[in-house]
Amino acid sequence: MNAPVKKPRLTTAAMIASIAGPDQRTRPAPFGHALAAAAARRPEIVGLTADLSKYTDLHIFEQQYPDRFYQFGMSEQLLFGAAGGMAKEGFAPFATTFATFATRRAYDFIHQVIAEDHLNVKICCALPGLTSGYGPSHQATEDIAVLRAIPGLAIIDPCDALEIAQVVAAMADYQGPAYIRLLRGQVPLVLDAYDYQFEFGKAKQIREGKDALVISSGLMTMRTLDAAALLAKDSISVAVLHCPTIKPLDEATILAAASQPGRMVVVAENHSVIGGLGEAVACLLMRSGICTSFRQIGLPDEFLTAGALPSLHDKYGISSEKVAASIRAWL
Amino acid sequence: MNDRQSELETRARNIRRHALRMGAVQGQGYIGQALGWADVLAVAYFHAMNTTPKDPKSESRDRFLLSHGHYAIGHYAALIEAGFIPEAEIESYGSDDSGLPMSGMSSYTPGMEMSGGSLGLGLPIAVGMALALRAKGNPAFVYNSMSDGELDEGSTWEAALGAAHHKLSKLICLVDINNQQADDKCSSVLGLEPLEEKWAAFGWHVQRANYRQSIQELADVFDKARFTPFPGPRVILFDSLMGKGVSFLEARENNHFLRVDESEWQRAIDELDAAPTKGKA
Repeated sequence: MNAPVKKPRLTTAAMIASIAGPDQRTRPAPFGHALAAAAARRPEIVGLTADLSKYTDLHIFEQQYPDRFYQFGMSEQLLFGAAGGMAKEGFAPFATTFATFATRRAYDFIHQVIAEDHLNVKICCALPGLTSGYGPSHQATEDIAVLRAIPGLAIIDPCDALEIAQVVAAMADYQGPAYIRLLRGQVPLVLDAYDYQFEFGKAKQIREGKDALVISSGLMTMRTLDAAALLAKDSISVAVLHCPTIKPLDEATILAAASQPGRMVVVAENHSVIGGLGEAVACLLMRSGICTSFRQIGLPDEFLTAGALPSLHDKYGISSEKVAASIRAWL
Repeated sequence: MNDRQSELETRARNIRRHALRMGAVQGQGYIGQALGWADVLAVAYFHAMNTTPKDPKSESRDRFLLSHGHYAIGHYAALIEAGFIPEAEIESYGSDDSGLPMSGMSSYTPGMEMSGGSLGLGLPIAVGMALALRAKGNPAFVYNSMSDGELDEGSTWEAALGAAHHKLSKLICLVDINNQQADDKCSSVLGLEPLEEKWAAFGWHVQRANYRQSIQELADVFDKARFTPFPGPRVILFDSLMGKGVSFLEARENNHFLRVDESEWQRAIDELDAAPTKGKA
């Protein structure tokens, strides 16, 4: 009898998996380093967490500013309530946990304590969308949907290590509540090749194309750029409009881009197809009388499975190859 | 009876009177709680706290968080008595565009430090404020006013752990034990006792007082909470009498949310005005 053939094992089913590809350039802990840099010029910045400093990269800030770091234990309601209390006293709290726990456990505290009082709290959450292979407990597939209807709460979904650093610097200067989706650990570095600069509330075209326009946020922008390169080999020309600020939405830029004739509009997001950027853009286009071919790339309305991230990203259509395949099929 | 006792009794009576006048505007409300909590409010605002009514955001003020937002009618009464709010605003209570909404909200009213309504928000906010004040080197106290029903909320106990862990000795939690919540008596809805042991086990300095004590004794309890050397937060559990000061409201069953006939409001105020101060000599 032949010995069973050993299949290569994907080992990223862990709770904390890297989204970086094997050959991708990365930077370590961009959030923690950027927050420490912002704290040097803004003494009101404090860092708060609920037993997840190492897993949100806040430990980098803690090492440099131990007196400005506050640990609350696994008490997310206390974390965001106390962040509100500190903001009332003039501090600028950056409070970290995982996206699932902020939005599911502590929603009322974000809504009533922080947003209703328009307090200067930055809610900084790792493991957004499908960035954990651990199962639905840690897969924040609907975090944006949960938060988008809260008045006055800014929502930002940065793409890579460069943008995370830029977002932290910009939001340190922004007065008001904001939810920021974080990639943590070894975070891919992509946008430095595009002379990119984050501006709050602005979408930016980072690739031109005539066959399709992809409006994307977060890590889906890097996936879309890879997909666009793959499609270019087939002479399919894809424009990429990166839209990291989900709220307030850059309506003028999106409308201008989507109004160009002859391009299918695709929205790609690391989030449920319900309640995220895709529906926000679709509604904007309908309200504005723009009728165009429209498609969504996002996570299905399901509880997702556990597994290795590369397999899951393929399964749910958000890997670069699957993005390319979807666009190719739709054109 | 000494002067302080006399003054505090007068303040408490005025707070009850303001609250009854607001209740009359709407014909209903959480008036039982306002009357039951008035003595605590009087001691807080006219004995214990450093208040700055002309500058409600002054850095030097002691902070008073109304976690139980439905007690706003009582809190407004104290804020009126303390000069934060003009007495004339009583007539607008709960009306469109009023600065005195039925549930307390920080953006509407001077001296209102937080938006309540959803219960169990106050103590977590108080923990953050106390941490912030300590970081600023500001010696102000933070008072969190809450009801026993809020002890059902997990967030209260998250904050109780956090306040003790961070040794927040300038944080004073005031708990109204009236044994009433929306559905029934607290003891029937979700048992809370033994409360002194629970708070002590969480690392708090605990005192328990009740409505039968004189207001002078209540002031002494506040002083102990403020000045006892203890490396942690302090709680005052106060067994209150809902409707206190108006006999026919004290006697009502199920007085969580009271509807009072139009003629009865004046009767209540008259009874309040006629009562002698009954403090101990």
